[in-house]
Amino acid sequence: MVAAAALDPIAGLWAVLESVPDPEIPVVSVVDLGIVRSVSPERVVITPTYTGCPATQVIERDIRDALDAAGYRGVRIETTLSPPWTTDWISEAGKGKLKAYGIAPPLPAGERAVECPQCGSTQTDEVSRFGSTPCKAQWRCRDCLEPFDLFKCH
Amino acid sequence: AQDQALFDHVLRLGDDSLILGQRLGEWCGHAPSVEVDLSLANMALDLIGQATHFLNHAGDIEGHGRDGDALAFHRDVLDFRNCLLVEQPNADFAQTMARQLLFSTWQKMLFDHLIGSSDETIAAVAAKAVKEVTYHQELAAEWVIRLGDGTEESRRRMADGLDWMWRFIPELFEMDEIAVEAARQGVGVDVTVFRADYDARIRAVLAEATLEAPADQRPILGGRRGHHSEHLGHLLAPMQYVPRTYPDAKW
Repeated sequence: MVAAAALDPIAGLWAVLESVPDPEIPVVSVVDLGIVRSVSPERVVITPTYTGCPATQVIERDIRDALDAAGYRGVRIETTLSPPWTTDWISEAGKGKLKAYGIAPPLPAGERAVECPQCGSTQTDEVSRFGSTPCKAQWRCRDCLEPFDLFKCH
Repeated sequence: AQDQALFDHVLRLGDDSLILGQRLGEWCGHAPSVEVDLSLANMALDLIGQATHFLNHAGDIEGHGRDGDALAFHRDVLDFRNCLLVEQPNADFAQTMARQLLFSTWQKMLFDHLIGSSDETIAAVAAKAVKEVTYHQELAAEWVIRLGDGTEESRRRMADGLDWMWRFIPELFEMDEIAVEAARQGVGVDVTVFRADYDARIRAVLAEATLEAPADQRPILGGRRGHHSEHLGHLLAPMQYVPRTYPDAKW
């Protein structure tokens, strides 16, 4: 990491950030989730997903630890609220990882059929719009009968 | 002073969210089903997130070194500026949903307007939170309809809950000198501009719930100036106990 930093600090910083998992959904990184807004040799700007998401403080601390460990002690972390984060900021790779993990990714605009991440059926129903974390709703599949989480469109 | 009106305005926004968030948190582990329990806890989390942003901002405006935690945990009841609606007791689930419908419908309309606030932080928090508040409003409306148009008992409880909360609506639309000044500066809004929309929206939900709107009662005001019901002190005591007993505690 330190060697990478010496070669290209921006690429090195991105590599470090890509290694920081989301604390609630560890299969995706903070970069996959789209909460890293900008990176410069002086500062990393991040944005919270949900207003009250308790992971926000943990994420900042995890990024700090990862940057420190990779030798980027001088890089500041700043938080911005504007423009607000939406699920459109989640990368395609991130959506694929969510699905493989068993969480239906947020639906593209205009799409209404929620696909069961277990069996792929679209015969699915919402159980509750609120789930185990602010970003997820509880759904169930009428075909394989399994419950699953849907990452809410936001 | 200009900053005083801004400070008071942001404090009101933050206290509304904080107190309702704390109230909803009281349901944690006690709700009628696990799904409802999660819903109420999630709404509480959203509201406390709003409160954190607003109260930290209020502390910055004030400039005396108080942050959001200091404002939440180290103020006495008379210094809180929330509306009286949010401090009303949960009572039963129907009364909780009545309060949520009346508040979230108002807060959604308020935030839609505050997105245009000339204060960048207020505008950013409103823009961020408005989608979450839309969920709160929809959840409350669904339950008011389900309980109102439900069994004899659920209907009676829903009507009673609305009847209790109804008297606190006028305070939501009160334009006192602080609200007028905040609106004049462009940091706040004239809430009376969406009163008709609000009434129409609430009446539409009640119609679907096959409920009559309660008769208008004598309005109860005063929360914005620190005149609270006895319920607020009982809410603050458990909320503030630990930070006041161990002021430097970290976890």
